[in-house]
Amino acid sequence: MLRRLHEEQPRSFSFTSENKAWAEAQIKKYPVGREASAIIPILWRAQEQEGWLTRPAIEHVADLLGMAYMRALEVATFYFMFHLQPVGKVAHIQVCGTLSCMLCGAEELITVCKEKISPNPHQLSADGNFSWEEVECLGACSNAPMAQIGKDYFEDLSEETLCQIIDKLCTEKPPTPGPQNGRFASEPKQGLTSLMKYESGRTKFNGSVQMAYDLNDTIKRIDGTETELVTPWLKAGKKKTMQSVMRKPKILKSPKKSVPDDLSGLSGLGEKAKIILNRLGIFYIVQVSQWGAAEINWVHSHSSGSLSLNKLKSFVEQAKNIQN
Amino acid sequence: MTELKKIIIDDQEIEVDAAMTLIQACELVGIEVPRFCYHERLSIAGNCRMCLVEVVGGPPKPTASCAMQVSDLRPGPDGQPPVVRTNSKMVKKAREGVMEFLLINHPLDCPICDQGGECDLQDQAMAFGVDFSRFKEAKRAVDDLDLGPLVSTNMTRCISCTRCVRFTSEVAGINQMGQTGRGEDAEITNYLNETLNSNLQGNIIDLCPVGALTSKPYAFTARPWELSSTETIDVMDALGSNIRVDTKGREVMRILPRNHDGINEEWISDKTRFVWDGLKRQRLDKPYLRKDSKLVAVSWAEALKFTSDAITDKKVMGLVGNLTSTETAYALQKLLTSVGGFVECRTDGAKLPIDNRSGYVGNAKIDDVDLADEIFLIGSNPRDEAPVLNARIRKAWSEGANVYLLGPKVDLTYDYSHLGSDRSALKKLVTGRLKVGEEKNVLVILGVGALTGKDGSAVLGHAMKLASAPNCKFLLLHNAASRVGAMDIGAVTPNGISNLMSYDVIFNVGSDELEIPKGPLVIYQGSHGDIGAHRADIILPAAAYTEESGIFVNTEGRPQLANRSGFAPGDARENWAILRALAQNLDVTLNFDTLAQLRDGLFAEYPHLKNIDSISESEWCPEFSGDLGKGDFIYPIKDFYLTNPIARASVLMSELSAQTKARNSNRIAAE
Repeated sequence: MLRRLHEEQPRSFSFTSENKAWAEAQIKKYPVGREASAIIPILWRAQEQEGWLTRPAIEHVADLLGMAYMRALEVATFYFMFHLQPVGKVAHIQVCGTLSCMLCGAEELITVCKEKISPNPHQLSADGNFSWEEVECLGACSNAPMAQIGKDYFEDLSEETLCQIIDKLCTEKPPTPGPQNGRFASEPKQGLTSLMKYESGRTKFNGSVQMAYDLNDTIKRIDGTETELVTPWLKAGKKKTMQSVMRKPKILKSPKKSVPDDLSGLSGLGEKAKIILNRLGIFYIVQVSQWGAAEINWVHSHSSGSLSLNKLKSFVEQAKNIQN
Repeated sequence: MTELKKIIIDDQEIEVDAAMTLIQACELVGIEVPRFCYHERLSIAGNCRMCLVEVVGGPPKPTASCAMQVSDLRPGPDGQPPVVRTNSKMVKKAREGVMEFLLINHPLDCPICDQGGECDLQDQAMAFGVDFSRFKEAKRAVDDLDLGPLVSTNMTRCISCTRCVRFTSEVAGINQMGQTGRGEDAEITNYLNETLNSNLQGNIIDLCPVGALTSKPYAFTARPWELSSTETIDVMDALGSNIRVDTKGREVMRILPRNHDGINEEWISDKTRFVWDGLKRQRLDKPYLRKDSKLVAVSWAEALKFTSDAITDKKVMGLVGNLTSTETAYALQKLLTSVGGFVECRTDGAKLPIDNRSGYVGNAKIDDVDLADEIFLIGSNPRDEAPVLNARIRKAWSEGANVYLLGPKVDLTYDYSHLGSDRSALKKLVTGRLKVGEEKNVLVILGVGALTGKDGSAVLGHAMKLASAPNCKFLLLHNAASRVGAMDIGAVTPNGISNLMSYDVIFNVGSDELEIPKGPLVIYQGSHGDIGAHRADIILPAAAYTEESGIFVNTEGRPQLANRSGFAPGDARENWAILRALAQNLDVTLNFDTLAQLRDGLFAEYPHLKNIDSISESEWCPEFSGDLGKGDFIYPIKDFYLTNPIARASVLMSELSAQTKARNSNRIAAE
């Protein structure tokens, strides 16, 4: 596909202050004079913010990195993950059309896109909410046919399920990503035939699907607000101060009562988070309600950052409310 | 420090520098490896895959010889030297495959393509191509680019070697060209149709191995086998770039660079390359006399008689123009001194020392730029004064040299430390500088434009003092191709051109950058109807630089021989012959009747000129005299494209000049 800049371009581009801070932190990963190395993540962030890569965005990023515009354009046109034309306001549906998916019905999915969205790829639907394209292999062959919408894979699709997903995307309750035919992952449709002991104790959904489910917004784009800025490479010198405000909360080796509290009663706390907390020795809402800022920092750092500070703070508030 | 390694290439054993690539090693043993993307003066891309060779015992696939170093080859099991094959079955098959892929999307344009006959793809398709195509699908087509008035594009022919992208970004220092997209849709483009802002862009025509980038002015005018080539020397700047002038009949069709590692490598500026349409316009092809304030065409006999009458018993000053050969300057000097006249070559008023060769040439060679760790540019904007030298400074800069500029800030295509614009900065530098910098190679480049002020000798003295530090070399960057040669033969007068009014007659040989005050009678001998001819009372039409043989000594003091590629138009004659004929009319006996005799006399008096292409070292005698004045250094070249009568006669140069002006004013407006 010939990739050119879109004929209609906005006047200007600027990062949100969060994204700007993030981009500047990315640049610091590289030695002085090698700032250009940060181009792909920063272009990606610009795309996340705007939905697509505009000419002012490419030039802005080039200026930020001290590169010639041409060099930035080369990168932007090389990678198909960069959209050089506007995408649907709600969702851009990337249907995998490579061998496995094609054999399992990708062509039918594309027909659905053509009928429901627009006759041509990269063309906006009449209401501007959707667009679609056919992409090369997304590496989910065992769940073919599939499509990527935003950051999530919607797998084991059929014409009907894709139709439903497209309809649902505009509603209050977004669709759940992952296999759409009831599978957990890529096991046989009838259920596991081996390794069955691992079936118990797992979260409701698999991996990133659970995270999307917890977030309750499967089509959310990154705009700099969803997680706090994590720049561990910048904090190398600040580690000491970090630790001084960390305090180990009260933890238990095992649940005192025979039945631990269902921590997932706290909103936003999914199965994965529950497993992490349990592993750390936290089983009861009362434990959570006693945390201060220092304890939150400790949990945050001992969850290897996968539980964000904001999330943990909200858990503590909820736990306090429940206790009261 | 180089580590030598033994390898065997096609049964020939050779010991080479381990840092060499296989393609270079192959060249050492005389084996030519086909290539498109590899170019020895550009970075290695390794994307055309034409230079595949077989490394025996290596991976069981062909290796790109341009991207594989000798040091990376593994020895045999018993420590035998590694074996490379360039003529095996595998190599032949690989190259045929690559060629077939390249030809898939290459149009069968050869009969209407300007590259036809000198096309790398054509030549290599003859050697490695197959006479059929297995490709039945649709071919791709690519939109053409607008790269300005010099380079015409046919991008469907492009094989994506990226030589042009690498040249413009590495050598010319501009970033408008690039390769966008990928796979079948990869195209070479300029950023959003910006034209190229470089005076070296013509070189991408030579670099392009196919007909994607061809010369716009030369388009569809000649085929390479119709042309006769003359190897000669360029006079557009004082660098003495080696060029090849291609003629069809008596017309110059194009100018191409020749390789000279010591001077221009293999680049030439756009003025050098495209000035040839100026050789056909505004030419003086008949002698003229001013009668009743009008110029009237006359015969040679009449013109010579008038001229000799005008000179006889008068105080005559001869001016040596910027494009004049050393022989002409010598003949003029011999003629005028025998009738009691004077000669002067410093027509821009530069205070060049008369007897001190190290003061008007320096002691550095152009290729000392490559070795320099620190380069000081004093009152010189090499991007305009010698673009090819600027590319060389850029190369040194990209390899780590520091560049310092004394003079108004300009865009040199590379970063430099600006030490100030005026003379006080030079003073500060000289007083502070001398204590440090023993370890580093320093090169001081002084622009001749800095010497045209009243304090010219003082500027020269300060610069030479700066360059007297250990490990420090000095290069005086001239703008006139004739200057060093004329200085070498002493075509100077103590007072220079300061009081032209005091002479009765000015004998002006090709000096068009100088306003001659009213008063003296002016005889103009030259090739073009330009400023000099307008002021003249007698015009003697002469040959231009491609139309006579002559020695030009370049800015580093290297004499080079320019050859004649054609004859002057109409009644115009070679410069030395006109002066010889005039001597006869004046009843003066000169020591030559032919050009060969003239050269014999020249070489007898100035033996170093005989050593064509070698630099005779001049003794380093810094002179330190006078106090620096005040004020900024002023660069001598106001408009790169219009510096001499040939360029001013060229339509193309005017177009380029207008384009550059428009671009600069747009930029100011945008800011």
